[in-house]
Amino acid sequence: MTQTQTQAVLDPAPTDATAVAASVDVRVPRLPGVLGWARAVVLAVLGLVALVGVWEGYKALAPEDGVVIGEQRVLPRTTDLAMPHVWDMVQRLGEPTTSMAGADPLWRSVADAALVSLGIAGVSWFVGTTVGLLLAVAMARLRVLEWGLLPWIILSQTIPLIAFAPVVRSWGSRIEIGGWDWPPWLSVAVIASYLAFFPVAVGALRGLQAHSRIHADLFHVYAAGWWSTLRRVRIPSAVPYLLPALRLGAASAVVGTVVAEVSTGYLDGIGRMLVSLAGQASGDPAKAWAPIFGAVALGLVAGGIVTVIGVLLRPYRRGEAR
Amino acid sequence: MKNTLRRGLAAAAVVLASSSLLAACGDDDDGGSTGASGCNVGSDVKLQLQWLPQAQFAGYYAAVDQGFFEEEGLEVEIIPSGGDIVPQDALASGDVDYAIAWVPKVLGSIEQGAELTNIAQIFQRSGTLQVSWADSGIESVADFEGKKIGSWGFGNEWEIFAAMAAEDLDSTSVSIVTQDFNMNAFLQGDIDAAQAMTYNEYAQLLETRNPDTGKLYTPEDFNVISYEDTEGAMLQDAIWAQTECLDDEEFQERTVKFLKAVIKGWAYARDNAEEAAQITVDAGSSWGPSHELWMTNETNKLIWPAENGIGVIDEGAWKRTVDGALAAVNEQGQQLITQEPPATAYDNTWIEQAIEELGDEVDTTGESFQPIEVELAEGGN
Repeated sequence: MTQTQTQAVLDPAPTDATAVAASVDVRVPRLPGVLGWARAVVLAVLGLVALVGVWEGYKALAPEDGVVIGEQRVLPRTTDLAMPHVWDMVQRLGEPTTSMAGADPLWRSVADAALVSLGIAGVSWFVGTTVGLLLAVAMARLRVLEWGLLPWIILSQTIPLIAFAPVVRSWGSRIEIGGWDWPPWLSVAVIASYLAFFPVAVGALRGLQAHSRIHADLFHVYAAGWWSTLRRVRIPSAVPYLLPALRLGAASAVVGTVVAEVSTGYLDGIGRMLVSLAGQASGDPAKAWAPIFGAVALGLVAGGIVTVIGVLLRPYRRGEAR
Repeated sequence: MKNTLRRGLAAAAVVLASSSLLAACGDDDDGGSTGASGCNVGSDVKLQLQWLPQAQFAGYYAAVDQGFFEEEGLEVEIIPSGGDIVPQDALASGDVDYAIAWVPKVLGSIEQGAELTNIAQIFQRSGTLQVSWADSGIESVADFEGKKIGSWGFGNEWEIFAAMAAEDLDSTSVSIVTQDFNMNAFLQGDIDAAQAMTYNEYAQLLETRNPDTGKLYTPEDFNVISYEDTEGAMLQDAIWAQTECLDDEEFQERTVKFLKAVIKGWAYARDNAEEAAQITVDAGSSWGPSHELWMTNETNKLIWPAENGIGVIDEGAWKRTVDGALAAVNEQGQQLITQEPPATAYDNTWIEQAIEELGDEVDTTGESFQPIEVELAEGGN
């Protein structure tokens, strides 16, 4: 086979690609139309209404002291201290954070903190994903690496954050390169990316090994190199595994960021706000819920961003269960 | 193919190795300089707190805000802690130059091998309370028997066990309930007597609306046992440094400068409680102004008046803390310490020198200190 012929085979026109794919499965998820979007919005609102209904319904109907079996409380108390009314929590969001002159409304303070955390989570997700993908490719390339690394990757996740966080901050506080100081947020990002890389590494490795044997054999016959096989066969077929892994990675990045903020004492994010407003929950129960909503919103936004990535990768998602 | 791969791996290894070298030799700019002892003796100083910014640390923030550190030629970075950063560990591993921590917790670390020295006992009194309802019948530590006693754990519990030991109660005679960041467990009856700091959790109770009356709770609603009045009282917020660093003359000089600025900061917080409260809010405390002012005021009460001068470690109070720490056994049967701490565990030399150098410039005893009256608003807002 000549050079040009090989090139032609490796760079098939779109129709050929579909033809190859047709032999396996051609179900590519379609974008929802206007009706589909409307349905999604209505369902989301209905879900929210149902949640509010369950909260208020339980609060109205269940005994004030919750449900206690023996010594164990199996359902929570319904007092205003334990479960403030939904409208109180919403109203509190609109009121000033403290009575300090010029204090922002609570929703604004929460949004500011959540945005800071979103930025850190974004960085850690990006770093975690990059490291995870590189590890996965390396492991897919060399069996020895998979045998050698995978156990360590799994082991890495058993290190408790409580042991890990002070070490990262301690290292960080010593790093200083030419006038550049290690900022505290970077410790948070490193800890969170340490959690985020794991699902990506494991998911991507599984994905890179999930291509059909026929395609790989075909490329082998064409004398295609390892890299072009990776680019044209392994990576495209890894996408259906990769997307859930990225979503898990995003969730880990968000949770990791919030927890690492608390454990390293980082001041500006939502994690610290969760702790300090929880400390004010006796006198101002509704206030303590505001950063919880902020953290939920943060998770939704992070999930949403990954969904957008999924939409962009739509052509590669054939065969993905819907 | 194999060759390129091997070359790539080798290149990666070189990059990794050189970047760690870079990181290792990247200190020593203008502010930081290393003394003969290997300790930082420069003008850039890191101070590790034991919690988030709040008026409990008003004096340090005031010293930064009012330029007292600057007057001494120091640039001080105050590092808050969240949950997992233990001040004495950060200090022992050399991440910071000074740390604020409670004495009993550090005594535990010292027994486990940390070489640390208390150089200034800022809080002269214990601020820990055990709060119960007025009708609970819990009026002294002896009444704890058979009750549900709240505690935060994490080394904050030793005063409880030391006070109980003095009453011949062992930890099995009560049930210890771990407390949250707020007082809800107590308010809802899960705890009979809750641990509370005068400057924080006790105020949280007084900021809470009593559902029966619709008004805020008042001190009459509660029984308050102050550990300061018991055998269990232990010394709390103190400034610690690494023992070996204190042998370095340059470090000693820097330490005296640092302590002078700290003294001025606390004197400022004493004389200007409202401004000091505002400074800690600006530094990132999330409390509302009424709670912050309360905390400043109550913190002042723990410091002032300071008979021998602020920060001077009283031998009697130290001994009481050590005795309590030796006697206390927690609910898991563990002991905080089993032997007397070494003589290096505290040293009044530097704080006394700082007080002497300040002379009449600052009132370092606060003999005429009068606390202010603070009215708490609902929710501390």
